[in-house]
Amino acid sequence: MTGVRVAGVGLTPFGAHEGRTGRDLFAEAALAALADAGVDGDDVEHLNYGNFMGALAERQGHQAPVMTEAAGLRCAGTRYEEACASAGVAVREAVRAIRSGENDVMLAGGMERMTNLSTAEVTESLAVAADELFEVRAGVTFPGAYALMARAYFDEYGGSREDLAHVAAKNHANAVNNEYAQYQREITVEQALDSPEVASPLHLFDACPITDGASALVLVSEEFAADHDLDAPVAITGTGQGGDRAALQDRADMARTPAATDAAEEAYADAGITSDEVAVAEVHDCFTIAEVMALESLGFFEPGEGVGAARRGDTTRDGDLPVNLSGGLKAKGHPVGATGGSQIAEMTRLLRGDHPNSDAVADATVGLTHNAGGTVASAVVHVLEVAE
Amino acid sequence: MSDADPDVPANTGYDEWADALAGDGYYLECANGHGSLPPRRVCPECGSTDLSEAALPETGEVATFSEIHVAPSGFGVEPPYVTAVVDFGPVRITGIVPGVDGDGIAIGDELRPDVETNGATGNRLIVFRPA
Ligand SMILES: [Zn+2]
Repeated sequence: MTGVRVAGVGLTPFGAHEGRTGRDLFAEAALAALADAGVDGDDVEHLNYGNFMGALAERQGHQAPVMTEAAGLRCAGTRYEEACASAGVAVREAVRAIRSGENDVMLAGGMERMTNLSTAEVTESLAVAADELFEVRAGVTFPGAYALMARAYFDEYGGSREDLAHVAAKNHANAVNNEYAQYQREITVEQALDSPEVASPLHLFDACPITDGASALVLVSEEFAADHDLDAPVAITGTGQGGDRAALQDRADMARTPAATDAAEEAYADAGITSDEVAVAEVHDCFTIAEVMALESLGFFEPGEGVGAARRGDTTRDGDLPVNLSGGLKAKGHPVGATGGSQIAEMTRLLRGDHPNSDAVADATVGLTHNAGGTVASAVVHVLEVAE
Repeated sequence: MSDADPDVPANTGYDEWADALAGDGYYLECANGHGSLPPRRVCPECGSTDLSEAALPETGEVATFSEIHVAPSGFGVEPPYVTAVVDFGPVRITGIVPGVDGDGIAIGDELRPDVETNGATGNRLIVFRPA
């Protein structure tokens, strides 16, 4: 089995890209990734592309051929859809294709356009990720679903809105220097606490914004990297995926995310590491409570301990385990189908040393990314390591 | 609402199950005693295809809830509204709790299920009322 290197990464700035099409956004990220890799588009053998709501947002289904063409590739492509974990799955399948020996060069990533819709339309489009019969018809929105989990968590383990506000403030602080982030500004714990209620107990500043953006990675086999003298020091050494019942009501415990636990255990075993060896993580904080549950599922904290991690300083820039140095979904933004790829792009930059926050993890050699779909009915975890 | 509308996917078993919540509610029980809700051919816990109807307890306890302030467009229920997951033992059911706000409900409250029609969508709307 060959190893997989991240040869290049590309991102659009995340935010509102009024008047631009999804294909234009993805082309920008793809061309940036190819340039960063020093790989010619003609060497790419397949596009693995993540998108969730394009058929609703742009009336564009069948996006893989559209995006392959937009990126200037002359190969086939496949769209992967797993709600907010779409790009995570696209990357995972690219890793598997390279490891199998089937392909040597893959482009993987994703795109989402969201700001061209009204808030009610985005709410409706995102709700499609929930169980249509048993949740959507009962008024469960995406923020509403995480609110149900947050209240279940508080009831089972304790924790407070103030704990969650520290997660928001931390991730905003991390985004200040990130040129790709939607909100490059700090917020205070008090501002988060005082923001309007969206779905009790969650308020506006517990939620990620509505975002347009694209991500792309050039993934290559170790042999290709060596043969072509590529500067590709970061390897994807572990990949894992977990699944769970679609509806929150059917989970054994609504305050836990076992799909992420399963994905992490598979990825750790795949990489031959334990959670103790992870020095830095990008986790799926679509809501502040999601970061808390991720930290516990990934084995970084015991159940009930994750909620205080940001407040204690454990996961801040100066803490033992910096989490979401990119700003996370909360401040960097969450173009749903692009997010999983953007996490790996950010982690690659952090480990290579060319991320604006790399100095916070100057000695780090092992990083983890965690990308979740819906209320974590699906989860994808990757381990990235500095290979040379 | 016509069941024969060719443009609407069939919810085989779901509509009948929801309608029954107004009177004799039921859930599906597999040969090994696991609970689930229709439409269902296989027990998601154990894979048993031996499913039969069992009486739903008349009341359940609120397991979690949220007062939701932003609704999807065209949902048919004006926000804010309270959505709750109610625990009936073998199964949990999600629905709207009419007539209360977020301060008027608590985890552990006892509620009974009922069904209405969502005027905007024509779909069944599961609601919970004071026990
Ligand atoms: Zn069973």
